Amino acid sequence: MKAEPGDSYLDEKSIKSWLLTRDHKRIGILFFVATGLALVLGGVFALILRLELLTPRATLVGQTAYNRLFTLHGVTMVWLFLIPSIPAAFGNFLLPIMIGARDVAFPRLNLASFYIYLLGAIVTLAGMFVGGTDTGWTFYVPYSSETHTSVFPVLLGVFILGWSTIITGVNFITTVHTMRTKGMKLFDMPLFVWTIYGTSIIQVLATPVLAITLSLAGIDAVFNWGIFDPARGGDPVLYQHLFWFYSHPAVYIMILPAMGVISEVVCTFSHKNPLSYKAIAISTFGIAFVGFLTWGHHMFTAGMSAFDAGAFGVLSMLVAIFSAIKVFTWVGTMYRGSISLETPMLYVLAFLFLFVFGGMTGVAVATMSLDVHWHDTYFVVAHFHFIMVGGSLTAYLAALHYWFPKVTGKMYREKWAFPAALLVFGGFVITFVPQFLLGNMGMPRRYANYPEHMQTLHTISTAGSWALLGGLGMTLINILWAVRYGRQASPNPWWSASYEWYTANPPPKHNWVGSPSFERGCYDYTQSAPDPRGSVSVAAPPNLSQEVVSG
Amino acid sequence: MNVDQWLRELLFLPEAATEFADGIDQLHFFVISVTMLGSAAVFMAALWFVIRYRRRAEPGTTPAVKASKPLEFSLIALLLSLFILWWVIGFFQYIGYATPPRGAEEVYVTGKQWMWKFSYPDGRASVGVLVVPVDRDVRLILTSRDVIHSFYAPAFRLKQDALPGRYTTAWFRAREQGVFDVYCAEYCGVSHSRMWASVVVLKGADYERWLEGDEPQLVADATTRAAVEGYEFQRVGQQASSMAEEGRKAASENGCFACHTIDGQPHIGPTWQNLYGRTVSLNDGTKVVADEEYLTRSMMEPLQQVVDGFQPVMPTYLGTLSQPQAAAIVEFIKSLKDVPPKPKVALPQASVTTREPQLLDEGAAPAIEYAATRPATAERDGEPARAERKAATGTQTASEHPTDAGKEGER
Repeated sequence: MKAEPGDSYLDEKSIKSWLLTRDHKRIGILFFVATGLALVLGGVFALILRLELLTPRATLVGQTAYNRLFTLHGVTMVWLFLIPSIPAAFGNFLLPIMIGARDVAFPRLNLASFYIYLLGAIVTLAGMFVGGTDTGWTFYVPYSSETHTSVFPVLLGVFILGWSTIITGVNFITTVHTMRTKGMKLFDMPLFVWTIYGTSIIQVLATPVLAITLSLAGIDAVFNWGIFDPARGGDPVLYQHLFWFYSHPAVYIMILPAMGVISEVVCTFSHKNPLSYKAIAISTFGIAFVGFLTWGHHMFTAGMSAFDAGAFGVLSMLVAIFSAIKVFTWVGTMYRGSISLETPMLYVLAFLFLFVFGGMTGVAVATMSLDVHWHDTYFVVAHFHFIMVGGSLTAYLAALHYWFPKVTGKMYREKWAFPAALLVFGGFVITFVPQFLLGNMGMPRRYANYPEHMQTLHTISTAGSWALLGGLGMTLINILWAVRYGRQASPNPWWSASYEWYTANPPPKHNWVGSPSFERGCYDYTQSAPDPRGSVSVAAPPNLSQEVVSG
Repeated sequence: MNVDQWLRELLFLPEAATEFADGIDQLHFFVISVTMLGSAAVFMAALWFVIRYRRRAEPGTTPAVKASKPLEFSLIALLLSLFILWWVIGFFQYIGYATPPRGAEEVYVTGKQWMWKFSYPDGRASVGVLVVPVDRDVRLILTSRDVIHSFYAPAFRLKQDALPGRYTTAWFRAREQGVFDVYCAEYCGVSHSRMWASVVVLKGADYERWLEGDEPQLVADATTRAAVEGYEFQRVGQQASSMAEEGRKAASENGCFACHTIDGQPHIGPTWQNLYGRTVSLNDGTKVVADEEYLTRSMMEPLQQVVDGFQPVMPTYLGTLSQPQAAAIVEFIKSLKDVPPKPKVALPQASVTTREPQLLDEGAAPAIEYAATRPATAERDGEPARAERKAATGTQTASEHPTDAGKEGER
């Protein structure tokens, strides 16, 4: 069969065609499947942890196993899921399409990035399963150089994962600068592209510091150089500075792409231009830049000077200002829109609730004197789960539902997806709101045993985790079912003006037939669009200056 | 029930056992209520738009709404000023947290896997229970024997990491008697979640009894709690001599007095007298306060920060001095304030000349020279820390200021 330019990228079915693909869309799907497995794995660890915490004493698993499990949970979720999920899966799939490109700038590197990720993931997981690493995902010295469990393979694994991150970042930055279709200026780009671009810059700038830090910790653990060993003139707090210099910006690697997803979904489902395109685009860089200057707020109780603490505190609050600009703009975008409350939009509402709530508790923990009480307690655990799970995971689910028809050409069942989203939201709130209160009570993190008067709140939290599991399970079933049996999606099911909907569902092999040029803005809803639903001839939004071949 | 108490219960906060904790809680209530109301308002606005502007038919066109600049700027300005306000309050509270008051009772706290050890200057030590008097400032000098730990007393809203090879300090002033929980808040290995302790705050009379070696009821309660919960515990044991005394012994055994005098005379190294708490000039032009951390570092890495005017000749005592020994020497140096104690060890033959004391004000007299032995000071030498404590708790009314009493004696 001779390949036609309009053939779907999914037409080739052989396994080899998937494993050796250089198509950014397929690589995006490979990343999606791999990170999805990591999510499932990390979720299972979380459920076991929550089950253990039903009772004040270590019962289900012992202290040793508990310490290994929270390490597994943290490492899997942070390094294997949150950091690569949205940029490497959705970013890979959508970024070239959104800027009218045929692929990323370096397709082979893109595939290499995936295999490096896979290698890193295997080394990390194998290291933890075989070696029983129990340091937590932060690998704090001197514990990580003194523990009898093996730390080096995990450090090596995360080090390898960092390469994958850097390569993807370099690839995206180059793509954005060199591959935009003719006539598209930087400020014509969709907002999702802006956030992926900002994320990539953080990845390229910060990840090398992580590599240095992990190398030093690895050298300390294996060759016993004593870089962080105070008995030999080393400094354990230096490790924390280096580690958070990467890992705090890493939080923005996790949340910025989520913000990009929200910007897209809120405009499409409100059928409206963003209240201020520039505010959203530029605040992204505000967060990316200031995010590099806030790492010290992880160390308010490590004995830092009041002056340092004050500086880190006020800079941390600045991040909240930039985030607030985004939030105001999203809410303002809905004003006078034509809002359709379908599953992706429901996730946006959940995101708004959880992100604003979680972000504001971030301001609370940035207030130095309050953090003294909350640091390393469940308050902080709840705070970052509100941002990571309530923010990133919710946006990830919004993206999954929003772009599902784009990726597969099929449609999931709204009757399953909507209640699943409600269950995810409800389960999340029940799981993590009690954890704020536990933190207030003084429940420290990473505790297999806890005082008996804290049991009630722990029980509620565990119950919530099962509701959350129910919601995510429903979503998984719905998605798997739709991949196989879903009905054909209409070309532009959400009536979106965004550029990715100009091409067919699923897109052709090289995204576009010919080189597109977009005359209409991607958030321009002031012109009427012909009904795209169900009719192939009007598959694309209007004013598309190329002939669209679809189906 | 007052509002604070009500909010505390609503937020599941433990009782506030210090005034510092009250301040923290009030800022907590302020920050949390405003942020929660703000979050709710934003979410309600979004929800209202979803209802008000719901899609009724197939979407047509929507107007291109531009952001109202004044509205956006005023919202951001409002937020920013709120944040700055919280920050300013939080900053001042943090300074309070980071600055222990002068003249506080001092307790050395050592974290190790997996227990908290408390050493009192009078030489006694206990594990798992810290006994302090009510209404007195207590300064904790924390360090760790192995990995990083964190001393966390929720009722005091107090947390401070204990780092190996470093000293950090924390302080509190409990205003009521009771038994308060202490947890380790920095993950430290297998039994991290069992690295607990209690702070027992005792009233004057009970505290006196405890000093005498009794076990008041609250201390017994804390013991029971340790047994029930199963964390490390050891009753306070009496050591033969005070920490300062131990320090003197360690200094003598390790030959410190070959170079350092304790009578104000500079020798090969700076004198130890009046050294603690003073700001010293270093040979690189910087200044440093001679606190626990600096003194310990000078033993372990002596060439890093050399005092101006001295040769960088001191060998390192890393691996020679154990950590308790180093802490004891620091405590000995701390005891060498204002009044020269009578050395019980043979001093090196540094020629000692007697001069009149010039300045006796605290912290202001770097160059006072004393005779090595003086009959008048011998009385006070026995248990300085103990004497101070008694004076402070009011039982020894005759001599409110033991230091002054000593000075009188000299003259």
